[in-house]
Amino acid sequence: MTITDYERVPTVSTGQNEALAEKLRKLWETEPGIAGFFSTVDHKKIGIRYIITAFAFLIAGGLEAAVMRWQLAWPGQHALTPEQYNQLFSTHGMTMIFLYAGPVLSGFSNYLWPLLLGARDMALPRLNALSYWIYLCAGIFLYAAFAFGFGPNDGWFNYVPLAARAYNAGPNIDFYALGMILLGISTTVGSINFVVTFMRMRAPGMSINRVPILIWGTLTASAANIFAIPAVSLAFFLLWMDRNVGTHFFDVPTGGSAMLWQHLFWMFGHPWVYAIVLPAMGMVSDGLPVFCRRPLVGYTVVALATVATMVLGFGVWVHHMFATGLPNISLSFFSAASIIIAVPSSVGVFAWIATIWTGRPVFTTAFMFFASFIVLFVMGGVSGFMTGSVPVDWQLTDTYFVVAHLHYVLIGINVFPVVGGIYFWFPKFTGRMMDERLGRWNFWTMFIGFNLGFFPMHISGLLGMPRRVYTYADGMGWDWLNLITTIGSYVFALGVLLFLINVWKSYRRGAPAGDNPWDAPTLEWATTSPPPPYNFVVIPTIASRHPLWEDRLQQHEGEGSHVGAGLALDHGREAIGTSSLDATPDIILRMPKDSYAPLILALAATLFFAGLAFHAWWLAALGALAAGIDIIGWLWPERTLGETREPAING
Amino acid sequence: MADRISIETALPVGAIDTRASGWWAMIFVIFTEAALFAYLLFSYYYIAVQPHAPHTFPEGGLPDLKLALPNTIILLLSSGAVAWAQFNIEKNDKRHLVWGLGIAAVLGMIFLVIQYFEWAAKPFGLASSPYSSLYFTVTGFHMAHVVVGVIMLWALFAWSAMGYFNRVRYAHIHIGALYWHFVDAVWLVVFFTFYVTPYLGLRT
Repeated sequence: MTITDYERVPTVSTGQNEALAEKLRKLWETEPGIAGFFSTVDHKKIGIRYIITAFAFLIAGGLEAAVMRWQLAWPGQHALTPEQYNQLFSTHGMTMIFLYAGPVLSGFSNYLWPLLLGARDMALPRLNALSYWIYLCAGIFLYAAFAFGFGPNDGWFNYVPLAARAYNAGPNIDFYALGMILLGISTTVGSINFVVTFMRMRAPGMSINRVPILIWGTLTASAANIFAIPAVSLAFFLLWMDRNVGTHFFDVPTGGSAMLWQHLFWMFGHPWVYAIVLPAMGMVSDGLPVFCRRPLVGYTVVALATVATMVLGFGVWVHHMFATGLPNISLSFFSAASIIIAVPSSVGVFAWIATIWTGRPVFTTAFMFFASFIVLFVMGGVSGFMTGSVPVDWQLTDTYFVVAHLHYVLIGINVFPVVGGIYFWFPKFTGRMMDERLGRWNFWTMFIGFNLGFFPMHISGLLGMPRRVYTYADGMGWDWLNLITTIGSYVFALGVLLFLINVWKSYRRGAPAGDNPWDAPTLEWATTSPPPPYNFVVIPTIASRHPLWEDRLQQHEGEGSHVGAGLALDHGREAIGTSSLDATPDIILRMPKDSYAPLILALAATLFFAGLAFHAWWLAALGALAAGIDIIGWLWPERTLGETREPAING
Repeated sequence: MADRISIETALPVGAIDTRASGWWAMIFVIFTEAALFAYLLFSYYYIAVQPHAPHTFPEGGLPDLKLALPNTIILLLSSGAVAWAQFNIEKNDKRHLVWGLGIAAVLGMIFLVIQYFEWAAKPFGLASSPYSSLYFTVTGFHMAHVVVGVIMLWALFAWSAMGYFNRVRYAHIHIGALYWHFVDAVWLVVFFTFYVTPYLGLRT
C-alpha cells in the first residue's frame, strides 16, 4: 500500500457499497491464527479479551471468598491458618478491586467506545493492545506470587508499618508492590487512550452534548486515573524502596511517616472507587432507557453530575482515615466533603427512577439487572453516607459494616450493571441473543443470594464484629448472622455460575440477534452483529443524541443524522479526526497496522519488574533495554502513517 | 447524496501539528507525569514538617548551590535549543533543526554528568535519613526523565538528519519537544523545593 496523497477531499459513499465493504475488510481484518492473535490492535478483540480476563479474575476472587466464608460459617473454625486467611482476604481484595472491577469496565469501553462514537478504532490502537497485555502480565505476575504462597497479606490497602520489612519479612509485599506498579502502567496508558479518543475520534457532528452517558462515565474515570494512579504507583515504589534498599519514607523512628502511606494510597484510592463505578453507571444510563422505550431523563444533569462526583471525589480521601487521630479541622472538612458528594452521586438515581416512571418498562433480564442496581446503589450509598459522619465512622470503622458497604457498592454498582451489560450487549458481541428464561433464574439467584449474604454483614458490623478476623469465638452473637452470610454468598455464587452457563449456552446456540434486537437508539446498533473489523462501511454524521430514534423523537438538528451514507475513507486504515467540542472534521488520520511491539513491550516491562522482585539487576537492565529498543522501533516515523515528509518535491 | 455529509475542502492526511493523535497522547502523558512529581513533592513537604530526631532537615544543613544553580541554567538552555530547533523546522531549515536537537541533547548529557558530581558530593547516602531518601529519590526520578529525554532527543536528531521531516510533517519533533520542555520545567519545581525552600525557612 503506498500513499499518493498527503491531502485530499474524502469521498462519500452509501453504506450498501459491497465493493467498499470488501476493500475495508481486507484493510482492517486481523490475520488469522497465532500471528494475528498476538499482533491484533482491533479494539473489539481487545475489549472481549479484557472482559474474559476480568471474569477469570472474578471467578478466582470468588473462589477465595468462598473458602473464607466456609471458615467463617461457624465460630471457632480452623480450616485456614491465620497466615493463609491473611493472604486470602488480601488477594481477594486485590483481585476484585484491581484485576476485575476496573479492567472489566475497560473491556466494555474498549469494545463499545469506537462503535458508540461512530469511529473505526480507538485513537491509539497499539497503545490499546499494550494496555491489555500489561494488564494480563501484571495479573499473572501477582497470581504467580500467590501460587507460591507469596500473595499480599496485609490487606489490599497494605498499611505500614505492618507492611514494612520489620513486621513482614517475606517477599509477599514486594511482589504486590511491583505488580501494582506494573498494573498502574496498563491503567494509565488505557486511560490516556480513552481521553484522546474522546477528544479526537467522535463522528462528525457528535458534539460533546450528543455522546452517550457511558462515554461520560469512562471519560471521567479515565481523566481521574491519569491524575490518581501516580499516587498509588509512587506509594508502592517508595514502600518497595523502604523494604529493599533501606530508605526511610515510612519509617517513623527516623522521621519518616506511616501516615504518608495512607495519604498517598487514599488520594488514589477514593478516586479509584469512582473510576470503577462511573462507567458502570454510564452503562445503566444508556441501557435502562432502551427498555423504558424513551430517552434518559435529565441527560445534561446526569453528565454534569458524573463529572462533579469525580471532582469532589478527589477531596474526600481522608474519610478513610478518620480513626487515625488527625486534627478536628481536617476531620470536619473531609466529613463535610464526603456528605456533600452524596448530592451529585444521587442525581443519577432520580434520573433512572424518573426514566422508569415515565417510560414503558420492558422486563427483560438486562432491565432487571439495571433496575436492581438502583436499589443496591441506594443501599450502598446510604451506608457510605453514614460512615461519612465522623462519630459514626469511629464506631463502625474496621467492622463488617464497612465490608457490607463496600460490597454493596462494588457488587451493586459494578457486578450488577456488568452482568446486565452483558445481557444487553451480548447480541452485539456475538450476533446471538442470551437465554431470557435462564436469565430470570440467573437474576433472581444473584439478587436474593447477594442480599441474603451481604445485608446481615451490616448487622454483624453493628454488633461489633471486626473485619479481617480469621475466626471468632462462640457466643458473640454473630453466629447465625455469619451462617446466613455464608449461605447467601454461596447462593450468589450459584447465580454467577448460572450466568456463565447462560453465556456458554447462548454463545453456542443462542437465537440470531440481527443488527438491533432491542430497537436501541445509539450507533453500535447501526452496524452488523458482530460488527465487521472496520465497524462502519461509511462514517456516520450525527445530528442528535439518538441517531436511530430520530424519526420518532424529532429532536434532531436540520435534516438529521446520516448513518447509511457518509465518508468512505478507504485509502488504507483510515479514520476521521474531529475537533474536540463540535466534532468538525479536521484531518484524515492514518491508523497503524497490527503489530507485535505492544506485546514485546509488555513482556519487557514484566521482565524489568521480575528483575526487581528477584534482585536480579541484570534481568531488570535487560528488560529496560528491550523496552527502550521496542519503543524506538514502535515510534519510528512511518511514511504510511503520514508522519514523514513527502518523498519528492518541496523538500 | 446529501450535502452535509460531504466535505468540500481538502483535509490533510496523517499526523500533523496538534491534530496528531500522538500530540494529544503526550499532553496526557505530561499530566500524569506532572501528577507523579506533585505526589513526590507532597511527600517531601509532608515529611519536612514531621519531627526529625536525630537528623536535621535538610540533612547536612543548607544545600550547596554551587553546582545546582549553573546546572539549572544548562537545562534551561537545553530547552531553549529545542525551541530553536522547532523554530527552524517551521521555516523548513532542516540543517539547523538537526543542530538544535544535537545541542539540546549534549546539554542534557552535561546536566546528567553535573548531577552525578552533585550526588557524589553529598555527605549522606540514600539510606541515611528520610531527607536523604527523598533527595535521591526525587532527583533520581527527575534524572530518569532526563535520561529518557536525552534518548528521545538523539532519536529525533537521527531522524532529522535522515531527512524525515519538513515544515509540515514534523509531528515527532513537536511531541518530543513537548516532553523535553516538561522535563525542564519540572526541574524548576524540584530545584525550588530542594534548594530554595530551606533558605526560605523550611528547615529544622
